[in-house]
Amino acid sequence: MKPEVILHSFGYLTQAAATTVAVSFAGIVFGFLIGAAVCAARVSRRVWLKRLGAAYVSVFRGVPLLVQLLFIYYFLAEYGLDVPAIVAAVGGLALSSAAFQAEILRGALNAVPRGQGEAATALGFGPLDIWRRILLPQALKISVPPLINEFILLLKASSLVSVVGIAELTRVSMNIASQTYRPFEAYVGGGLFYLAINLCFAALGGLAERRLAAGSGQ
Amino acid sequence: MNPDVLWRYAPSLISGFGVTILCWGAGGALGLLIGFAITLMNRLGIPPLRWALRAFIEVFRGTPFLMQLFLIYAGGPSIGLRLGATTAGIVGLGLYSSAYFAEIFRAGFASVPAGQIEAATSVGMAPFDTLLRVTLPGALIAAVPSIVNMLIVLSKETVVLSIITVPELMYQVQTMAAETFTAFDAIFAMAVLYWLLVETVSRLGARLEARVTGYLAREERAA
Repeated sequence: MKPEVILHSFGYLTQAAATTVAVSFAGIVFGFLIGAAVCAARVSRRVWLKRLGAAYVSVFRGVPLLVQLLFIYYFLAEYGLDVPAIVAAVGGLALSSAAFQAEILRGALNAVPRGQGEAATALGFGPLDIWRRILLPQALKISVPPLINEFILLLKASSLVSVVGIAELTRVSMNIASQTYRPFEAYVGGGLFYLAINLCFAALGGLAERRLAAGSGQ
Repeated sequence: MNPDVLWRYAPSLISGFGVTILCWGAGGALGLLIGFAITLMNRLGIPPLRWALRAFIEVFRGTPFLMQLFLIYAGGPSIGLRLGATTAGIVGLGLYSSAYFAEIFRAGFASVPAGQIEAATSVGMAPFDTLLRVTLPGALIAAVPSIVNMLIVLSKETVVLSIITVPELMYQVQTMAAETFTAFDAIFAMAVLYWLLVETVSRLGARLEARVTGYLAREERAA
């Protein structure tokens, strides 16, 4: 055991950790936008849109992320699109996360009591106003803790984008392992960084949950 | 996709599928065993042991599975642990899932109403009998849906084993893709295969769930 290996590559690992967080953050943001659209399709009244949304969720939750990533990577190459690996990486994370986020958002919408929408209709609110002022604010609030949880899951899943060559935490740990011939120390170092990042966001999630619970008077 | 290519590679694809199922089954079984052992040890209530188990669970739930695999497979020899790729993969799947299974079993035990245990004690059942005949059946049945869910997650994680060269399905597909320049078709086929596998397991899981928790629904109807 040579713990110095971790200390020597500390700067390198920190940079890689920033990339991991950045890639995951981009993945969760784009995933949210796609997920919101998928959720809207799933709760829509049109049957074909409902089915389309359900199919999206089933496919992107049922196919392993690594297969999705490689598929996107090769798919783009097949059509001669020479996009940087980072686009394939963020795209893959976003498409996959969107399926999970769509379900989180749908669950949150269902958690808003039906009576509120009915009461708003009775008071003369238009459908758009009901969405904007009654349903969305509450549903978004309910979905914050599970979304933070999804972000932590995505942070861990992002280790797979090392396969398409992004210099994030896993890739950099591999590089350190092959440069120093000290794989054990390199991977322990990388793992500690993941652990630290996840504990930070888990604490943030706990804080958000408590604040939201306090806000709703529970 | 060219059917000739598929025909030529059929033996390696079938053996890859076999390795995938083997790793999934063995890894899941190992994970259930270790996870259950962790939960039982936790129930002994010895503080230092509990802290160590808590740390184990946090580490394996807080780091990516790929990282854990690299640590076991590539880092193992540094601490005298030399495993073949497939063995390392199974051990990795087992350790990773055990952390989740331990939490699932813990929740299962927590869901058994205290009144049932008190009732068992008051009718004169010994502590061990209470565990075996009251607490355990209740806890396991409560855990079934989450166990099925985790096994589905685990079936998708087996793909990651291809990165440490375990000759499972994904690895064979990538080999085929590299040798025949049919990456796109091969990976597309792969996505369809996995989707079918996951859908099948989800459906089977839902049926199993309905069977073992069926009596709960009947009780509710009776009440």
